[in-house]
This record gives sequence, C-alpha cells and structure tokens, in this order.
Amino acid sequence: MANAREMRLRIRSVGNIAQVTRALEAVSASKVRKAQSSVEASRDYARRVANVLGRISTYSQGSVHPLLVPRDKVENIAILLISSDRGLAGPYNMNVTRAALEFAQEKNKPARWVTLGQKGRDLAYVRGANIVGDFSSFKSSPSFSDVTPIARFLIDDYLDSVVDEVYVAYTDYVNTIRQDTRVVRIMPMITGNPKDDENAQASTDNESDVGYTYEPEPEELLEAILPRFTQMQVYQSVLESLASEHSARMVAMRNATDNANELSAALRLAYNKARQLSITSDLLDIAGGAEALQQAG
Amino acid sequence: MSILCEIVTQERLVYSEQVDMVVVDGVDGRMGILPNHSPLLTTINVSEMRVVAGELEETFAVGGGILEVRPDRITVLADAVEHADEVDVARAEAARERAISFLESGGPSEEVTPEIRHDISLALERANVRLRVGSRRHNKPSVPGLEDVG
Repeated sequence: MANAREMRLRIRSVGNIAQVTRALEAVSASKVRKAQSSVEASRDYARRVANVLGRISTYSQGSVHPLLVPRDKVENIAILLISSDRGLAGPYNMNVTRAALEFAQEKNKPARWVTLGQKGRDLAYVRGANIVGDFSSFKSSPSFSDVTPIARFLIDDYLDSVVDEVYVAYTDYVNTIRQDTRVVRIMPMITGNPKDDENAQASTDNESDVGYTYEPEPEELLEAILPRFTQMQVYQSVLESLASEHSARMVAMRNATDNANELSAALRLAYNKARQLSITSDLLDIAGGAEALQQAG
Repeated sequence: MSILCEIVTQERLVYSEQVDMVVVDGVDGRMGILPNHSPLLTTINVSEMRVVAGELEETFAVGGGILEVRPDRITVLADAVEHADEVDVARAEAARERAISFLESGGPSEEVTPEIRHDISLALERANVRLRVGSRRHNKPSVPGLEDVG
C-alpha cells in the first residue's frame, strides 16, 4: 500500500482544518452576541427619536422638508450596499449583493453605488455597478461617529439633487439561522415606519401633546432631527448587517467543521481497511514463505 | 417629587434615574428643569449638564442633541455624552490644543471653508466643556494647568 503515508497526511490535514474552523466558529459566536447587544442598545435611541419625529411632523404639517417629501421625478438613485470585508461567511455577501443588483435592475434608473465592505464592492463592481464611494475596511465594532461620514455623504448627495432617492441594501438579523436581505428607502424618508411597533404607541401619546413648547420653531427642530434620524437608520443597518455577517460565518464554519469531521472519519475507515489488508497479505506472505521453507527442508 | 431623567446616545442608554432637577444649555440659554415642567421640545448645545438627585449631583459633558420634557419624564437624545468621571482630561486637553492651533494656522487641509471653521470651533467648544466637566469630578487627578481652565 504505497499511499498509506499519503492517507495519514490527509487525515491529519483534514483534522487541522476542522480545528481551525471550529475556532473560527467560536470567535464568530462571541461576535454575534456582541453585535446583537449593540443593536439592542441602539434601539433605545432609535425608538425615542422616532417618537419625537412623529410628534413634530404632525405639528408642522405645512412644512416641506426635503428629506420628507418625495420628488416628482426620480432620475438617479443611490444605493448603499453593506457587506463584509472578509469572506468565509457562506452566502452572506453574495445574497445581499444580488438583492441590491436585482433591485437596481428593477428600478431601471442610473444608480450611484456606495459600498461598505470589500466583498460587496468587488462583486458589484464586476457586474458593472457605478461605484462612487467606498467605505470599506471598516472597524469591527463601529461606533456611531464611524458611520456618520457615510450618512453625511448620502444626505449631501440627496440634498444637492445628485440623486432623488437613496436606498440601503443590508442584511437584517432575525436569528442565528435566519437573516433577511433587505433593500430599504431611507431618503426621502418613509414616515410612520411600520416595522417599529413602538410607533403605534407614539401616535396614541400624541393626545397629551397640547401645550408643547418648541424651541426653536418646529421647522427648525425638524431640521435638527431628520439628519439624526437618517444617520441612525444607516447605523442600525450597519449593526444588523454585522450581526448577520458573524452569524452567517458561524453557521458556515459549523458546516465546514461537520464536513471535515465526516471526511476525517471516512478517511480513517479507508486507511484502517487498507492497513488491515496489508497486514493480512504480509501474514500470508510469511506463512507462504515458511511453508515453502519447510517443504524445501 | 421627582422626575425620570433618561440620557440616551445612539449607542446606549447612559443614564436613567429619578431626579429632582436637570440643568442644561438649550438654544435659548441655560435652563433648569424641575418636575412638572410644561412639555417642551428643544435642541441643546454643546454644554455641561447637571443632574441633581437629592444630595447627589452628577455632571455630564453633552455634545449637543435634542431635549424632550414631559411632565413625568426628561429625555435627552444626546449626540455624545461623557460622565464627569469618564472624561479623559489629557485627551480633551490635546483636542483643545489641536483645535486652537487649527483655528490659528488654518487647519489640516489647504482651504478652510466657513463650514470647516465652524466644525473646528465646535470641536474647541466640546473640548472646553469636557475639560470643565472633567475638573468637576470628585477624585480630581492632579493634572498641571487644569486649574485655569473654565
């Protein structure tokens, strides 16, 4: 059996792979928890800012803030694609990129792409996306101020009428095995976010609104709150995507570990069979040799 | 008689306690908010914020934001918050020096637009507030030169 040594090597290397993937799985598992808790923590603010926004916008019905009002003619759109810098995360990057590309095709409008994450950038680029900004090599646990430049970039483009609608393509973290890719419009803003059930509560709160003092005027307050709200949306999409990325990686690595273990078991079985076979044939040889000697003697 | 005061940033809930009074700088000047204040919605400046609860008084450095007052609750949606004990005095000092030198020399980039100048002034303001708040902490570190600030 010439390849007994080869088989031994192969078993060992498969074992090593399993070890590495198991470690990566553990790392991702802890990162999922971290990302998940920062999503939770940021919800406090998101909920409250939505509350305040709801209150003001009912008050300043007359005002027409550009971030709230849809434009009659939509000529260009912008898409923020949130993916990851690193692979080994199963279909995570491909899914969100495909969703974004399909969306762009459906819209059938010239799209300006802004990417966060190298993988999505490269995938979109080879498919001919017009990438105008790239914020890759992002921190592993971004703070709000890390995200503001991206939001600012998008808001500026929108307010300067370079684009008429802004969408963000991200992956919503539902649970460990389920992540949904989403493409959501952030500008002009979709008022009364149906996803946020707290909003229902906010509107009932409005009854107690009589006698609110606004300093400065509601319009100016709106001016202050709207960009914060948009930035918050971008920040949350980033956090959701991060949680999804790590959880996708965790699942991918668990599968890889399982596969490696399976392969390792199959190889070991084959190796043992081969070893047994060679021992048997060796024994036969020896027995045959001894027999021959006896006959000769 | 007390009122619930909550301070939240985009990243976390920083503070949530029953308090007796909150003092903060609104757009139209400093104000003290007591329980049963009339409903109010306002923006707040980069400023020092004091929260009084019984004998205790806490000081925060707030980097601007939005303030909402309801009869039973004060909510501060802050862009950045640091408790007096968290302020890194050395970093704030460095930020202050940097802002001052940028304002004098014209900043890190070639052309200084009014917006950049405004941003730098804001940064200076923030650094000043943080230094002032930092000096309020109980176990004051002995940083030379801190006494003449604020």
